[in-house]
Amino acid sequence: MRISYREAMRQALHDALTSDPRVFLMGEDVGRYGGTYAVSKGFYDEFGPERIRDTPLSELGFVGAGIGAALGGMRPIVEVMTVNFSLLALDQIVNSAALLRHMSGGQVSVPLVIRMATGAGRQLAAQHSHSLENWYAHIPGIRVLAPATIADARGMLAPALADPDPVVIFEHAQLYNMEDELPDDSNEEPNEDWRCDIERAAIRRPGSQVSVITYGGSLPKALEAAAELARDGIDVEVVDLRVLRPLDTETIAESVSRTHRALIVDEGWRSGSLAGEVMARIVEHCFYDLDAPPVRVCSEEVPIPYAKHMEEAALPQPAKIVAAVREMLNV
Amino acid sequence: MFDFTLPSLGADMDEGKLIEWKVKPGDMVRKGQVVAIVDTSKAAVDVEIWQDGVVHELLIEPGERIPVGTVLATLLEPGEGAASKGVRAGAKEARHAAVAGAAVGERRPPSAAAVPAETARLRISPAARKRAEALGVAIVQLTGSGPGGAVTLADVEAAAQAGVRKAVEAAPAVRPEVDKNTEMRRAIAAAMSRSKREIPHYYLYETIPMARAQRWLAQANEGRPITERLLMAVLQLKAVAAALAQYPEMNGFFRDGRFESVQAAHIGVAISLRQGGLIAPALHDVGSKPLDQLMHELADLVKRTRAGSLRSSEMSDPTITVTNLGDQGVEAVMGVIYPPQVALVGFGRIMERPWVEDGTLVALPAVVASLAADHRVSDGHRGALFLAELRERLQRPEEL
Amino acid sequence: MTEKYPELRANVIAILRGIAPEVEVDELRDDRPLRQQVDLDSMDWLNFLIGISERLKVSIPEADYGRLVTLGNLLDYLRAKLG
Repeated sequence: MRISYREAMRQALHDALTSDPRVFLMGEDVGRYGGTYAVSKGFYDEFGPERIRDTPLSELGFVGAGIGAALGGMRPIVEVMTVNFSLLALDQIVNSAALLRHMSGGQVSVPLVIRMATGAGRQLAAQHSHSLENWYAHIPGIRVLAPATIADARGMLAPALADPDPVVIFEHAQLYNMEDELPDDSNEEPNEDWRCDIERAAIRRPGSQVSVITYGGSLPKALEAAAELARDGIDVEVVDLRVLRPLDTETIAESVSRTHRALIVDEGWRSGSLAGEVMARIVEHCFYDLDAPPVRVCSEEVPIPYAKHMEEAALPQPAKIVAAVREMLNV
Repeated sequence: MFDFTLPSLGADMDEGKLIEWKVKPGDMVRKGQVVAIVDTSKAAVDVEIWQDGVVHELLIEPGERIPVGTVLATLLEPGEGAASKGVRAGAKEARHAAVAGAAVGERRPPSAAAVPAETARLRISPAARKRAEALGVAIVQLTGSGPGGAVTLADVEAAAQAGVRKAVEAAPAVRPEVDKNTEMRRAIAAAMSRSKREIPHYYLYETIPMARAQRWLAQANEGRPITERLLMAVLQLKAVAAALAQYPEMNGFFRDGRFESVQAAHIGVAISLRQGGLIAPALHDVGSKPLDQLMHELADLVKRTRAGSLRSSEMSDPTITVTNLGDQGVEAVMGVIYPPQVALVGFGRIMERPWVEDGTLVALPAVVASLAADHRVSDGHRGALFLAELRERLQRPEEL
Repeated sequence: MTEKYPELRANVIAILRGIAPEVEVDELRDDRPLRQQVDLDSMDWLNFLIGISERLKVSIPEADYGRLVTLGNLLDYLRAKLG
């Protein structure tokens, strides 16, 4: 079955709403409008205003309401339109959702799922183009997911809802239109809702010379670069982090120990980036297996420009990845 | 409680491998006692301790490779009770921190001739370095094909294959020696490069008549059984020590921007090794010992150097080096000072030369003695006086 | 080339090898200066002669060193000493 990332996400939400009456969706324009990215189109009519709730433009308020509902026994899915606006809800997410289990001595937990679009590349200018996944991946107490394939878009929501603690799901805005085959089952055991694990990184393309480690919207770029390099006989492995917190160090280390070279592609800015954290773990775990210094391809450290050619120049691109790999191999 | 740290046993040593402990917890140790054997790039060295005490805890296992300055063991002061043991219970856990400190040169044993480790490292990836060690490939000989000319895994593997082919053609039994030699070559390269980079050498020569010394030596040896005979080298060493007593600016160390004079002449005797390479361990306090004793000690030192069994003080103490290349037939030596020392005296071959004495041309045995000295510490004028003094001393062998 | 005094020669070579293990015995020429063929410094030379005098129970005065240039010289000298 060939579907889009948007459709995969829609199906996952639909499954969740159908299978568990405690699940409801809340956010800006998720109801009557059908979602900014049209993920919840038709849900308002199907499930009604009680379960598909339009909210005012008040992230601090409605994320807080989601936390309250989760504490009260519901399984809320809160959609924050983009990560840019989630900064208004940082206090709720970081100070409340992530910490209430700890602050209550384990008496309460917050089984909340927050979905948000992230990333640049669609000429939405600096204030709508942030990639701040790493801000959330820094926080103990929440799990951070970055589905970058159709299968993960389809399969990550169910285990996220089953997690007793808050889970933040980042959907890169450039992925919604991507289409691919949805495998019959994305797990070893067939299951009806395509449920997948939310623990491990995944090797999307096996290779032997360099591990290109990435996540989210940069995964298709990394795969494109790997395909181009393969035409020149350079064998690149592509690792999709999938889970940004907690990081699957084991898979990363296994891959790099085998290829002896690591390139991390991250749409976040280099300074203090998730790429930096991955690189640190590689050095901690694989130092004696490294055949070259690890390298990062990140966004240029500028506000993401509006002009198309400048926006493209500011972001990681397949050509930059290809060039970086060639430099590492000195070929 | 005090720490016993791995001393630097020379300017070219920045790490060592513990081979064996000679003590165990609870043992009483005396100043100067050999407590461990450590393999440097040059030899297995008996490492002495410089403080009396009781061994409390051994922190390093034999087989471990450790940087200079690493705490090897903790000891209790004489009379110190076991009560203070608890204070340092975490010593073993803390030692990694100490190792980290040593790497940046923060911890240095005060007694040893310690100098900052060489920082000019070969550009080689960690994986390539590990593989090279496993395959026995000498990394200093590799050419890097990686970014910035770094040596990569592929370079090591290619070299290993080439090396294996070579080894099959030649005698395979000599393979392990290659590594040791390469290590020593690297160590010598580091020390000598540093010397030529940092030390402003000046060089002086003096041709010294040796007729009197030869005559005296022949007479002295005439009545002696062969095992008691003296070598000219011993006379030369003693004469150098005597001259040093008057020119102390040739004897000592230049460290941290200043010269530290040393009273006793611990002369580093350059000893070439049969498999290649060179060690210049100390013959201690040459000035105060009679020739017979010096001869015995020199013979023993040469034997132990070649057997790879030196004491740590012999490695770290030399205050000047004397090299004698006359046996190899050269007339004169232009020496490279071994840092942090400040001078090197070289002797060439004793040979018959035409010599004018009282207006008459005669043939007499003479040797060219040379001085390479550190211009930061001494000047040519003093160096010339030193060589003149050396010449005079060798004219009065009976006083040596 | 026939070698002089095979037994004596074997003894001397054994002592030499104790001091210079790398020596290639087959390439040693009796008629060339020994110290040009084998890297022996004055200490090695002394130890070589000490070894010979102890093993063969002969005394070798220092005054005779000058005559002992080649291996042949040395073998002739020792032969004469041993009678």
